[in-house]
Amino acid sequence: MSKLVAFAAIQGGYNIVSKAEGKLKRAIDKYGPKQEIGFPNTAYYLPVIYSLMGEKVETLADAEPVMKRCRALLPPHVKKDCHTPYLGPLLDAGIAAIFAEEISEAIKYVEEPDFYQPSVEDPDIENGKIWLGAADDAIMRKRGVEFVDGTAPGFAAIVGAAPNPEIAKDIVEEYQKKNLYIFLAANQNGTTVAEQLIEAGVQIGWGTRIVPFGPDISAAVFAVGFANRAGLSFGGIEPGDYKRMLAYQKDRIFAFINALGDVNAEWAANAAGAINWGFPTIADTDIPEVLPWGVCTYEHVVAEVPHDQIVARSIEVRGLKVTVTDIDIPLTYGPAFEGERVRKDDLYLEMGGGKSQMTELLRIADMGAIEDGKVIVKGPDVKDIKKGDTLPLGVFVQVAGREMEEDFEPILERQIHHLINYAQGIMHIGQRDIAWVRVGDGAIERGFSLKDIGTILHAKLHQDFGRIFDKLQVTLMTKQKDVDELTKTAKEVYSARDDRIEGMTDETTDTYYSCTLCQSFAPTHVCAISPERTGLCGAYNWMDCKASYEINPTGPNQPIPKGEVLDEKFGQFKGVNEFIFKASRGKIDHYNFYSIVNDPMTTCGCCECIAAILPSCNGVMTVDRDYIEMTPCGMKFSTLAGTIGGGLSSPGFVGHSKYNVCQRKFIVGDGGFFRMVWMPKHLKEEIKERIIARSTELGDPDFYDRIADETVGTTEEEILPWLQDKKHPALEMESMLG
Amino acid sequence: MAEEEKKEVEKKEVEKKKKKAAPKSIDPATLKMIARAEELEIETIFDRAEKMKPCPIGSGGTCCKNCSMGPCRLPLPRAGIEGEDERKGLCGATANTIAARNFIRMIAGGAAAHSDHGRGVAETFLAVAKKETEDYVIKDTKKLLEIAPDFGVALTEGKGEKEKPRKIDDIALEVAEKALAQWGQQEGEVLTARRAPEKRVELWREQGVFPRGIDREIVEIMHRTHMGVDQDYKNLMFQGTRAAIADGWGGSMIATDLQDILFGTPYPLKSQANLGVLKEDMVNIIIHGHEPLLSEMIVVASELPEMQELAKKVGANGIQLSGICCTANEIVQRHGVPIAGTFLMQELAIITGAVEAMVVDVQCIFENVANVAACFHTKLITTMPIAKMEEKNVIHMEFHEKDAMKTAKKIVKTAIENFPKRKADIMIPDEKSDLICGFSYEAINYHLGGAFRGSYVPLNQNIINGRIRGIGGVVGCNNARTVHNNDHIAVIKELIKNDVIVLTTGCNAIAAGMAGLLTPESAKVFCGPGLAEVCETVGIPPVLHMGSCVDNSRILMAATEVVKAGGLGDDISELPAAGSAPEWMSEKAISIGQYFVASGVYTVFGVTFPATGAPVFQEYLFREFEEMYGGMWDFEADPIKHAQKMIAHIDKKRAALGIDKARERVLFDMAARRELEAA
Repeated sequence: MSKLVAFAAIQGGYNIVSKAEGKLKRAIDKYGPKQEIGFPNTAYYLPVIYSLMGEKVETLADAEPVMKRCRALLPPHVKKDCHTPYLGPLLDAGIAAIFAEEISEAIKYVEEPDFYQPSVEDPDIENGKIWLGAADDAIMRKRGVEFVDGTAPGFAAIVGAAPNPEIAKDIVEEYQKKNLYIFLAANQNGTTVAEQLIEAGVQIGWGTRIVPFGPDISAAVFAVGFANRAGLSFGGIEPGDYKRMLAYQKDRIFAFINALGDVNAEWAANAAGAINWGFPTIADTDIPEVLPWGVCTYEHVVAEVPHDQIVARSIEVRGLKVTVTDIDIPLTYGPAFEGERVRKDDLYLEMGGGKSQMTELLRIADMGAIEDGKVIVKGPDVKDIKKGDTLPLGVFVQVAGREMEEDFEPILERQIHHLINYAQGIMHIGQRDIAWVRVGDGAIERGFSLKDIGTILHAKLHQDFGRIFDKLQVTLMTKQKDVDELTKTAKEVYSARDDRIEGMTDETTDTYYSCTLCQSFAPTHVCAISPERTGLCGAYNWMDCKASYEINPTGPNQPIPKGEVLDEKFGQFKGVNEFIFKASRGKIDHYNFYSIVNDPMTTCGCCECIAAILPSCNGVMTVDRDYIEMTPCGMKFSTLAGTIGGGLSSPGFVGHSKYNVCQRKFIVGDGGFFRMVWMPKHLKEEIKERIIARSTELGDPDFYDRIADETVGTTEEEILPWLQDKKHPALEMESMLG
Repeated sequence: MAEEEKKEVEKKEVEKKKKKAAPKSIDPATLKMIARAEELEIETIFDRAEKMKPCPIGSGGTCCKNCSMGPCRLPLPRAGIEGEDERKGLCGATANTIAARNFIRMIAGGAAAHSDHGRGVAETFLAVAKKETEDYVIKDTKKLLEIAPDFGVALTEGKGEKEKPRKIDDIALEVAEKALAQWGQQEGEVLTARRAPEKRVELWREQGVFPRGIDREIVEIMHRTHMGVDQDYKNLMFQGTRAAIADGWGGSMIATDLQDILFGTPYPLKSQANLGVLKEDMVNIIIHGHEPLLSEMIVVASELPEMQELAKKVGANGIQLSGICCTANEIVQRHGVPIAGTFLMQELAIITGAVEAMVVDVQCIFENVANVAACFHTKLITTMPIAKMEEKNVIHMEFHEKDAMKTAKKIVKTAIENFPKRKADIMIPDEKSDLICGFSYEAINYHLGGAFRGSYVPLNQNIINGRIRGIGGVVGCNNARTVHNNDHIAVIKELIKNDVIVLTTGCNAIAAGMAGLLTPESAKVFCGPGLAEVCETVGIPPVLHMGSCVDNSRILMAATEVVKAGGLGDDISELPAAGSAPEWMSEKAISIGQYFVASGVYTVFGVTFPATGAPVFQEYLFREFEEMYGGMWDFEADPIKHAQKMIAHIDKKRAALGIDKARERVLFDMAARRELEAA
């Protein structure tokens, strides 16, 4: 039956390419060939075309040679009898269709500039705007990290519409439970899954991992574009290296398509295109199947899968293993619900967040003092209050076990935020004594009680950290007096912890840790994490790595005996060099911990911030991934990340965490903290306290006001006079580039 | 009454003859033409095969005529040999020595034929590179750039920032010179043989059989087999192996590569096969032989408007080219020019009475076509200085690369002018079958994944998961000692029924085409369910036409690609694959068989085997070779058993690879993904 698929897909390829050619011609006639086109806030141009062909499409004129290539890729139609082989041609037709769709969608941004919502995580549904369009680089990086660390094992691209909103909801929730992202495109006679979900009361947007890309089949190109950008930024694959890119997709991006409803020729062309990526199509209708393995890992097209089996079957066809633990609570549970919000209208109960005090504390306890699995609720519970009420809340978690150390307390405590947030209908914000929980009507309807918070923490902490403790007991306090008491104790504990961490130095520590968590995506990158050089992703500090190693001794965090100090100033260690040579599969044989100028540390591309030298300012700037505008080094964050990502050491640039900026070893080999001349305003404000603390320690309490931001300027020329005016210390330091 | 009786007797005679003709082929067109020949009382090979029986001693390999004291004939007793084999020639040569000498002389003959063909191509290529001819050009620069590094030819010049691509002409010239040097090279290694999987290359070096130079290995065979030189069958086979590798991985491979560069690498296209492709109302020119150097020019010449007009002028509706033997394979795979028939049909094609000219170059041409042509208006035109005929009616129009087009035009013109001389009685059988051909190993790579994902991985995956049981290379000639095409088709059908995909070349490919096995539709009819499903997915026939007999090098390269794609071991000998030549007859077949065996392929021959008269030597080829090369010879005349032996070997290899049992699909979690080697 593949012949029918081939026939349809090739036909579809012709349709799509012809339409795009027409659209391009009309656009050129209307706007002129110099009209700029592209997707918002991305350094990857039209990412599919850029990554596979190496072509930077920036104007309508640039799209013309690509359209010609599309036309050339279209094979002859499949003959009825004694036809020539069609698998290769059909895949070519599919890829031509995808290139053409990317151009069509780019033109759509020019023709209907308000159709999509750039740089928005969740759609503005109240105002009838459902479709998000291409993810910008900030979203791609933030979400891409979840693909990298495994919180999201893959994505399901759903095209069309389910027979009714309930089925749409069931399928999508099943994917959410399994932690996958759900990308939505195309319609079935005008009906879309996105609209069905809204009708069924499901929150959509990047926050809940349900991404409404667009109502046309061509919007499916945003899904592959997202995948290819992951390959470019995390995989370190050169633009134009289509062989490696597509192999990366097949081996590392576990995506697939669900076709809901009738499959027309254009859908078939897209399915054929996706096979190039190793992404199979699983359909609910009776379409011809393509079962032999090979281009995809397993089957290529599977048909007539009942709706209640489509999720399980899809995951199996793609060759994906997803482990889900069932937690005995009445709510659906999984990372996909982390970004879900409880809006005012749906709010039933609120705890913390300014309305009342909410405090979380996790402490080590004696084995005999606690009972594993015990959850105590002290004070009023859900049943005792009415809609709209607030309660104070104290979450006190006690853990005991032979492997448990006091140092692990903050690591476990930090999990409380996302673990509570994973429950559908519950929103958690903040941590420590500024935590905040909202419980929605939906959760109450399903029978949620405060005890469930304890159940979640017990089950999930055991699952993820069970190796380091044996017993865990949770006390939930909702009486003001208890909460106040807990808060008082907690503050003392927090303070002691902070002092201890601050006191740790690279010199006094002989063992650093590696982090190769990202190697599923960036195969040659390896992070080395010391107490004063926290992981560049911002997610892992030295202590986290230590705990992670205790929990999983063969996992991605391994101890590195730092060995002989080869360079004290720049921070180079023999043991680390040996380790990274091996772990980078021979690609990198050394790097420095404390320098941006000389062989700086590599980055996978998931770094929180990227620092760059500003030569005429004799200093450095840094930019975090949420800042999408131009920076004084002449590159946006995306371009920077694209340039240095993928496990390369790039002198002049270095990836680091936000926290690292104020650590004592921050580029200390090149002059240290006082080299910082520019950072985005919001980042500066975010870490204001620590900036002031650090600069005070260095003897300049007003340094905060000497750091420029975008309100001062976004070019070196603009900021230099300001720095001179402010007497920025970097200007007086020795020349950065020697 | 007497006259009526006479007629009755004649009728009976004709019927008797027809009856006798019936089992000579499985192809209806061939049978019709054999009957027609009998009707016209024209003698063909089918008649001669009846009249003259083969010498059983020679066919078993134990007749020595290497000196004038002989021929020494050492027949194998019917009951076989009990105890010591005491048979000896006058000089004392044992049956083993005699059979081995004959065997490797066949290798020398075959390797010489292929390699001299290759040399011709290389010389033409050199002339093109030197711009000494305008008739040929470089058509496939991509392939030129792909193979250049194999000859140590740099693709760029300058260093550092000044590095830039070299001119195509410069690369071509260097490739041409280096390629041609492979023939005369005295020491070192034939460069293209290094393309074999690493493990194989190492094995050849260890065994000492890595060829030094193409010509040298052939000459050394002639020396060693001279009276009183090498008298150890193992040592003789050592040299035979070395010469065979120089053929398959040298002369033949270079021929294929340079032909692709000059004439284009084949990609799948549609055509037809069998005598029905001849057109009653057109000028029919049949090109027969092996080298595309000539046929390519005739294809171009016949398409020229001036020739078309000339054809019209003589009352023809155009010019119909068609091919016989490997020339047919060369022009069908690149231009879709239809195939008139197999090796055994060369006389029959002329007997249609519709052939204006049969143009021949080298190899596999019956001298008797001259006699058959003499019965009709057909001009038989020889073209090569090394291949002439004594018969008076034969025209010689010598072909040189420097004025190739001029000669080609002259040939076409001669054919056209011959059209009005046709006699009335024309009989063209209707039979012709559609076919898809042109599966170069590059084309297979493309068709398994397209321009972006092309690779052999899908083939390997489906071998591993068992949809495809294995790969059968079924090739070779026709042989008048067995029913025409019967064994070819029976072996193929048995293989594909058992999910073994078949790669074919030579006259086996033509036979498969005539039988409709080169159509994608045949998969559903003849294949097991697994192979049928894969064929349906890719849109391919279950039998892939890979070209002419020098193109067996394409099968070697395809096998190497399969090894590289991974999952099926590190060497060709580990693949679930087997080779076969069910109706072989030429010395080239023995050379091909030997290089397949030396490459690690279990290779079964049909009809007869030239070592059956020397059981110890045969045992050496059939058993001991497996330990040395991982591949070995076998002989089985019964086509079904023949195929079953191949399947048994394939199953043995599957078991060794651990893919004989169904395996659970592997599901990946993040940890498994991190374990993946760097992409």
